Amino acid sequence: MSTRAKIGIIDYDLSNLFSVMQACKYVGMNAEIVSDPDQFTKYDGLIFPGVGAFGAAMQNLERTGANQALLERVNAGIPLMGICLGMQLLFSSSEEFGDHKGLGIIPGKIVKFSTEKLRVPQIQWNKINEAEPGQWKTSPLENCKAGEFMYFVHSFYALPDRAEDILSTTEYHQTYCSSVQVGHVFACQFHPEKSGPKGLQIYENWFRRLKG
Amino acid sequence: MLTKRIIPCLDVKDGKTVKGVNFENLRDAGDPVELGALYASQGADELVFLDISATLEKRKTMVELVRKVASRINIPFTVGGGISTVEDVSALLDAGADKISINSSAVKNPSLIDALALQFGSQCVVVAIDTRQHEGKHKVHTHGGTRPTDIDTMAWAKEIESRGAGEILLTSMDHDGTKAGFANELTAAISSKAGIPVIASGGAGTMEHFIDVFSTGKADAALAASIFHFREIGIPELKSFLQKASIEVRI
Repeated sequence: MSTRAKIGIIDYDLSNLFSVMQACKYVGMNAEIVSDPDQFTKYDGLIFPGVGAFGAAMQNLERTGANQALLERVNAGIPLMGICLGMQLLFSSSEEFGDHKGLGIIPGKIVKFSTEKLRVPQIQWNKINEAEPGQWKTSPLENCKAGEFMYFVHSFYALPDRAEDILSTTEYHQTYCSSVQVGHVFACQFHPEKSGPKGLQIYENWFRRLKG
Repeated sequence: MLTKRIIPCLDVKDGKTVKGVNFENLRDAGDPVELGALYASQGADELVFLDISATLEKRKTMVELVRKVASRINIPFTVGGGISTVEDVSALLDAGADKISINSSAVKNPSLIDALALQFGSQCVVVAIDTRQHEGKHKVHTHGGTRPTDIDTMAWAKEIESRGAGEILLTSMDHDGTKAGFANELTAAISSKAGIPVIASGGAGTMEHFIDVFSTGKADAALAASIFHFREIGIPELKSFLQKASIEVRI
């Protein structure tokens, strides 16, 4: 793929795109914000950010048809980076405020942290660790070290059905899945665009791998 | 795992970072854009920007200043001061803020907390409490600390959480700017009852004060201004000091 690879940042009215756009610019991506699902085919890679509620997000995606357009691009093998709610939406379902169906790209569900023992939302810098030794070498986390700090803000977390989809784990009273990689899809619960230079490195890695 | 956060705070008035003692006698502490960028590069875990002169006519220039700061940092960024509507919050988030902090407007109209949490999510809503003791009782103050209310600080902390606040920014006016240490007792009392993170503010003077507020005060994060602005304590040295004292921080 050429160095002019074009990246679309999906806007579905439920995310703060400023810092995502800024991170893209910082690592030299030719990125733009896209809300019209018909335009998704223009891009060599898609970033799927998101902050807020799962149900409202799915409604917005369904209303515009962005859910179908996104699935088509993923099936066509276009690299996708999901961030925070954008990771959660890739799963089959969520128990956030009632049961909601997700995009179903990754089998598994989204569940809530126990409020009995924990402060929820988790708002802090927390460590990411390899789920399997050596696994990061072929992922956007390639030059992160085990125990690297990333910034997390969330109340719900992913429970993937398949252990092999888990790319990193994080401790918050329990060990949970903090990022996944399935084919061309990479998604993380933390916010790399808010995680200082180490986070920007993940954007850079993702983009470099996409350019091949 | 729980990692404690160190948060430098930019109190901004007329485009300049200022800092006073007990909320008065402000002195100039430099350009907020440069200071923000410096702190982010030094390993600050978050940045808070408070517009302390927030008035209607100055809001537009403030949004532009927020945009300038946001474009220089890649750590979480909270903006407060003069916010009273959903539209105010939208404008600040569009300008690059990640969270907003409300205070007077929440006291005046507590349902604003519910409305903002519903619209933007709890993670976005920080409620700041300025508190001072009157006859041994902690009371909430508004309008930059100038107006005492009859609201009990502990009760208010509970209410804002139940309304959907994501974090509490607790500033003890009795301690602010004194450099004599944080309000550890009050912070611990609120933190141990809270289900959301508590950011302690007011009184940082030495690195030991941070150990106290994290251990005795049970704070999740500590906010400070002048010790960083006037280079009395550097963020890297503070973090390595805390790490040596077995307090988990991001280095």
